Amino acid sequence: MAEEKKQGLKSSLEHIETLAVDDQNCGGKSSWDCVLLSRQSGRTGAKAFIDMICDEFMEIHGDRTYGDDPAMIGGIGMVEGRAITFIGNRKGANFRENVACNYGMSNPEGYRKALRLAKQAEKFGRPVVCFIDTPGAYPGLGSEERGIGEAIAQNLKVFSTLKTPVLCFIIGEGGSGGALGIGVGDKLYMLENAVYSVITPEGFASILLRDPSKAKEAAEAMKMTSQHLKQFGVIHDIIEEKSPEQTAALIKQTIIRDFDNLCSKPVEHLVRYRLQKIRGIGEVKGGKEWWHPLLEVFSRTQSLR
Amino acid sequence: MTEKTIRCPQCQKDVHVDDHKICPYCNFHFPLTVDERLALFADEGSFEEMSSTMQSKNPIDLAGYEEKILENQKKSSLRDAATIGRCTIDGEPVVVGIMSFSFMGGSMGSVVGEKITQAMIEGALTGNPVILFTASGGARMQEGIFSLMQMAKTASAAALLEETRTPLFLVLTNPTTGGVTASFAMLGDVILAEPGAIIGFAGPRVIEGTIGEKLPEGFQRSEFQMQKGFVDSIVTRESMKQTFSFLIKTHKRRS
Repeated sequence: MAEEKKQGLKSSLEHIETLAVDDQNCGGKSSWDCVLLSRQSGRTGAKAFIDMICDEFMEIHGDRTYGDDPAMIGGIGMVEGRAITFIGNRKGANFRENVACNYGMSNPEGYRKALRLAKQAEKFGRPVVCFIDTPGAYPGLGSEERGIGEAIAQNLKVFSTLKTPVLCFIIGEGGSGGALGIGVGDKLYMLENAVYSVITPEGFASILLRDPSKAKEAAEAMKMTSQHLKQFGVIHDIIEEKSPEQTAALIKQTIIRDFDNLCSKPVEHLVRYRLQKIRGIGEVKGGKEWWHPLLEVFSRTQSLR
Repeated sequence: MTEKTIRCPQCQKDVHVDDHKICPYCNFHFPLTVDERLALFADEGSFEEMSSTMQSKNPIDLAGYEEKILENQKKSSLRDAATIGRCTIDGEPVVVGIMSFSFMGGSMGSVVGEKITQAMIEGALTGNPVILFTASGGARMQEGIFSLMQMAKTASAAALLEETRTPLFLVLTNPTTGGVTASFAMLGDVILAEPGAIIGFAGPRVIEGTIGEKLPEGFQRSEFQMQKGFVDSIVTRESMKQTFSFLIKTHKRRS
């Protein structure tokens, strides 16, 4: 049994390696290939991208309530003369860092740090960039006791009406509510091999297919790759993956282009567009008569202010 | 009042319960149907359902999902896991949303997300308080990424209530977990819970699997969440109407 597992692991490791070197292969990757690539150790993480994109960067720690969560990096960077707040999930670049960063699984203080930094950015009119790369929020005792649900919920609410532009990039694993907790913004991009889903394929397989070994099939059925999510209109665009430096350069170009555009718009328009976009996601039959009033709500918020 | 005999899933005794459906031995609160729930607080005959025809699609073309929906519709005589509408409480108009755990574990897909959003928008437009009852195992996996996005949608609707200064009251019932906890369930101006309800983000088994030990007694129950500061008050079925009346009276929008 153990031997079999080892063999399986070895062949899937070899498989990832062939995928990683074969640049031409991008069209032919299966969903499961993307799952493996998005989780691959040594994949460029948020910290590395921040360092490659920023001319200067200052990390800011702590949520001012409980502590600092190493699984969430936050700070202020300068990118070609523009100050930007960066927030990202951090998995760590090697085994020791992985452990220190809890494999990128944040506790509530991580989300509250992100919230604090987002509000600070709003106050000073700085745009925000979020890098998403987490298997999910941490399902532990302390995490529950300190209200992981409440922390994520607050982020969703505040980010949806944050009065400054927000760009989100899924750079690796986009794991469920833990990813969404820093994933609400004006535009959402995905790296080519990143994935984004409501549950892991393993979880989906064990709950819905009643067989944890069917994770591969689950990954296909869940439609969690960048290609699928672009077809669904959930993400704005896919960013091609090349060498880490080249990928960072593409992300940087996107950031500069979008902020040149978004930062010149009145924030009310930005927020209105963001809310309309969020409202539009979902597939239902019937009950459409209640769709219109959003615009009326906006005018109402103006008149009440 | 009608009396019924049912088996209590918590203490395994056969018990007689009245309309409030509470186990006399262990205080287990049985799930209520939408009508039984409304009867606890709404003025008689005042409920008008909104978007009653809304139904699920199969957004990620998952095999078997449509059959699953049909099966649940037959079993529960509901169209999906949320019912919304307007009613009055002691004459005061409110918007109500009620989740039903009996429909696919109360999971939140596009229909639940849209209905809860519509209820909140109706509140924002009229200024009437919004009261939401949650009962959910979390996001509806069968709708893939669309179910995750309902968390953002319902939370952003709560932001609109904030902007329009419309009161939002939550009543968390057993169980309230996953994506519902991590979105609108935790965003009320006042968050109430029924006694003994499981309330949390990760399910108890997932946490036990992560930490490798048994969870302490009472973990994630309403009383625990109140002690930890996430539930404002525990409300009995008997006092529900009175509690809402008080909240409506004390949460008038300042003009």
